Amino acid sequence: MTDISAAGPGIRRPKQSILTASDNMKRRNAAEVRFKAYGLLAITVSLTMLAIMLFTIFRDGVSSFHQATLNFPVELTAETLDPKGNRSREEMVKVTTVGYQKVLSQALLAELQARGITQEGVTDKQIADLISKDAAGALRARILANPDLVGTTIDANILAAGRVDGFLKGRVTYGTAERDNQISPDQLRLVEQLRDAGIVQSSFNWTFFTNPDASDQRPEAAGLGVALLGSAYMMLMVLVMCVPVGVAASIYLEEFAPKNRWTDAIEVNISNLAAVPSIVFGILGLAIFINFAGMPQSSSVVGALVISLMTLPTIIIATRASIRAVPPSIRDAALGVGASKMQTVFHHVLPLAMPGILTGTILGLASALGETAPLLLIGMVAFVDNYPSAPPEGFLDPATALPVQVYSWASRADPAFIERSNGAIIVLLVFLVVMNVAAILLRRRFERRW
Amino acid sequence: MSVLMILAAVAVLAIAAFFLARQRSLASTQGNPRLLHSLPGYYGWYGAISVLVPALAALILWLIVQPMVIEARISATLPAEFVTDATKAQLTMADVRRVAGGLDTAIASGAISETDVQALATGSTDIRALLAGSGVALASEVSPAVLIAAQDYRTQSHWGAAGRTALILVLSVLGLFWGVKRAEPDFRARNQVERVILALLIAASSIAILTTVGIVWSMVSETFDFFSKYPFQDFFFSLKWSPNFRGGSDLGIIPLIWGTLYITLISMLVAVPIGLFAAIYLAEYASRPVRNWVKPLIEIIAGIPTVVFGIFALVTVGPALRDWFAQPLGLGNSGSSVMTAGIVIGILNIPFISSLSDDIINSVPQSLRDGSLGLGATKSETVRQVILPAALPGIVGAILMAASRAIGETMIVVMGAGAAAKLSLNPFEAMTTMTVKIVGQLTGDTDFAAPETLVAFALGMTLFVITLGLNIFALWIVRKYREQYE
Repeated sequence: MTDISAAGPGIRRPKQSILTASDNMKRRNAAEVRFKAYGLLAITVSLTMLAIMLFTIFRDGVSSFHQATLNFPVELTAETLDPKGNRSREEMVKVTTVGYQKVLSQALLAELQARGITQEGVTDKQIADLISKDAAGALRARILANPDLVGTTIDANILAAGRVDGFLKGRVTYGTAERDNQISPDQLRLVEQLRDAGIVQSSFNWTFFTNPDASDQRPEAAGLGVALLGSAYMMLMVLVMCVPVGVAASIYLEEFAPKNRWTDAIEVNISNLAAVPSIVFGILGLAIFINFAGMPQSSSVVGALVISLMTLPTIIIATRASIRAVPPSIRDAALGVGASKMQTVFHHVLPLAMPGILTGTILGLASALGETAPLLLIGMVAFVDNYPSAPPEGFLDPATALPVQVYSWASRADPAFIERSNGAIIVLLVFLVVMNVAAILLRRRFERRW
Repeated sequence: MSVLMILAAVAVLAIAAFFLARQRSLASTQGNPRLLHSLPGYYGWYGAISVLVPALAALILWLIVQPMVIEARISATLPAEFVTDATKAQLTMADVRRVAGGLDTAIASGAISETDVQALATGSTDIRALLAGSGVALASEVSPAVLIAAQDYRTQSHWGAAGRTALILVLSVLGLFWGVKRAEPDFRARNQVERVILALLIAASSIAILTTVGIVWSMVSETFDFFSKYPFQDFFFSLKWSPNFRGGSDLGIIPLIWGTLYITLISMLVAVPIGLFAAIYLAEYASRPVRNWVKPLIEIIAGIPTVVFGIFALVTVGPALRDWFAQPLGLGNSGSSVMTAGIVIGILNIPFISSLSDDIINSVPQSLRDGSLGLGATKSETVRQVILPAALPGIVGAILMAASRAIGETMIVVMGAGAAAKLSLNPFEAMTTMTVKIVGQLTGDTDFAAPETLVAFALGMTLFVITLGLNIFALWIVRKYREQYE
């Protein structure tokens, strides 16, 4: 009768074993699985987007690294190129590119005749149109640099027209040529013959890295030369202007600044400047450096000033973090043996913080290299086909920058420029990857745990 | 002497002062540095500083003041018909400067000699052709008055340059004597040098303030100029944006704000769920190796320049949305649309939200998780009911900062959103934003007297105020609601 362990009425007894899941538990576990799946999905989606973006850029851009050229012997006839016959540069300058164009097209026609290549429905002019409009200028520059070439026969290795290049890369087809007034299907058939004969070849596109930008009709000649030079100038100036100022400001704020209103104002300003949209810095550059101070438009020095102001907060934040990471014991020891505050900072704290500062600087420069919007406002998007001269005068010459070139090619109508634009992005990304890898390696090599 | 030459001379003198002062300090104690107050190098630095500081200060001052003085004097001598109003006077002065500069170039290239330039008169020589020959292009013929003014300008600049050289050389030599003379054992050279260094450090850190002042000043002055030419109630309340450089434009900001906010909204709808779930997964579920791989991969997105995203929007996302959604649904034929720009900006903002939220979620103490799990909650219940509420202020702050970035984003909208200012609800239609219009109104040839150009500054000001306000609000929320777990 003392069986009190038997459950009396009123005490709820589990309807089933705790080892089998109840409905409620099943629901909660399903929610758990769903929640986790959402997380995985989010990561998958973002990484897929990244992959798609990089894939499309490489798919569309890699082809810009090779380029169709025409290879045939060109007889540099003295009558057209040097009418006076004295090989003097002054006289030969008077022959314009039209004369060279004639020489090139005659040589191409002669070569076709010699090889017996014919194509129904292609006029002589259409054959000449397969040569890039830029080729005559390039040949002229080459001959003016070396007048003795006149009268000889050289192996011209000249750019083919953009449509021919597009045909070899599969962008231009017989279908598109039907609707194209720059090329006809018959011309494309001729190009196929020329390719089989080895006259049209595809080779590595060095001119993509050396040529300046080219006009809308000559996508095949457009290159990154001026943009690479402009970006290099700007990065150099940003480095020279930004790093000393950024490091000095960080040292002051971390080591010397008294707690007062002025210091507070500086701190607030630095964190706010890091959040100001980049285009606002472009407005600043336009209003102050160009309109007020009268600096030349489109010049790399104005670009560098604007980008420096934008990069400064990044560098200050990174430098302060690495100065703060140096333990106080180092400072105490230096002060204890009689160093002044300034000596402590410059002889001990700064060298120990250097790897961190360097890493932060490289990352800051990497983001500065890709900055586009402010440069549009200070006129660096203008069409520049002259190289800036050597520094320091070259800093004042009109230039453009790598990301700006990407944008200005992307806004042209001819799809050949989209290919160039993607090619320029690949170049830009290669630079960014190199810089970031350098920063990571530096951090690994010099990172120190106190 | 050119400025570069002067700088070189000053540098040479400064180096000389360094060695002389150092030498003198050591000599004064018969080569025993322990009798000196400071290390010998500090005496040297003091010598160099006393050459550099006055000379460079004078040079900078002179370079700023001289053109102002000369231009004031020249424009006073110009005939009245050239200076009828401020714009005309500026143009004439620009002509004078160009002609003077052109003559200098012509002399430097040997096209004309100094004495010939003195004797130049507009009647006898074609100055425009002469200058064109040495690479200086002039827009119009040179009038006699401008030529005389240019001659004056050259004379005065030459005198100014001579005065500059003399003053600076005298100052640096004086500085050298002063610095070397003070190099004596009792002189506290180190303290003096450190004071100068501290001044430099303070100056460097004040650049941040100067930048902000520059931003505000550049936009405020032009914005006022704009509102004096265009009524501000039309700017803020007009529903129409149609600039017209021949005058009579409607410059209402509302369509632009609508486009900006619509794009921002869509980008947030993309970025917030994806970024937040990615952060939760990485912080709460992922194993260490997965986290070590995936987190940097997601952060790669943040390192890619925005112009690359712009191309992605223009070439890939825009046409895909048009062909697969907009055209089949009959919503439009435009590749550039609010949807395109919004989605791409959203992708750009994923790493921003995920890494900020990740940090915030990680800073929620482990004890809260342990307590919740110990009471029998599942992991997802812990996240939803314990961790997210604790991390909420930080997450809201991160979202607001991301929104401010989306509002200020330029390249993606320039390439992906279109240029037509419209008030429409259809996300597949091309609309435009404030940043697009700033770029549009300020690139190319611009006339800084026209309200169509100046409106860009008013737009910039609005953008600056909105983004700054959002950021300050975000920081305020984080500070106010941050739970202290220490």
